[in-house]
Amino acid sequence: MPRSLRKGPYVYYKLQRKVNELNASDEKKVVKTWSRDSIITPDFVGHTFAVHNGRQFIPVYVSENMVGHKLGEFAPTRTFSGHSKTKVDKRTRRPS
Amino acid sequence: MPRIEGVDVPNDKRGEIALTEIYGVGQSRAQEILDKAGVDKDDRPHQWSEEQTRQVRRIIEEDYTVEGQLRTEEQMNVKRLMDIGCYRGLRHRKGLPVNGQRTRTNARTRKGKRKTVAGKKRAPQKK
Repeated sequence: MPRSLRKGPYVYYKLQRKVNELNASDEKKVVKTWSRDSIITPDFVGHTFAVHNGRQFIPVYVSENMVGHKLGEFAPTRTFSGHSKTKVDKRTRRPS
Repeated sequence: MPRIEGVDVPNDKRGEIALTEIYGVGQSRAQEILDKAGVDKDDRPHQWSEEQTRQVRRIIEEDYTVEGQLRTEEQMNVKRLMDIGCYRGLRHRKGLPVNGQRTRTNARTRKGKRKTVAGKKRAPQKK
């Protein structure tokens, strides 16, 4: 269920403050943040955020298309590099 | 067989069903369309008058996104997700379920046919 419109989009207030500062001073600095649940608002566009994924900060450059998504969507929390090779080999060998 | 949006609508089915032949028109939309066109939803397309057929065609063309246009729109939406590199986009790229369903079992619609992986026990032998 979507968030009530009455409340407006959620942005962590400290993050919003930092973005406001950046916009006011016309600077481009990477903003480190843990606030994965903050929604990307139009005033985020053009900034780079370092979004925490539980282990590292993933740099996310915000483009126009990303508005309305949450920061966390761009910093995956899981690393899955596929199943082990030997198994894959067996699978391909099997039919012969 | 009236031709609507490049699709042949079957003559011998009830109007409500016949229209669902068009991509992007299901039963509820079919009913909506027929209501607006003033056609009885039980009448079959071959019973429609010229005028009624024209009405149906006009309503679909003007008020609904169907067929190719709809498919393009859908693809664009998916493409956008993939291009911005968000979680849902990644799932689309990998061909896995997008809306948080489990993948330990099931999810066969997205994953396709089972790829059997040989049991762990036999792995050391083959080495």
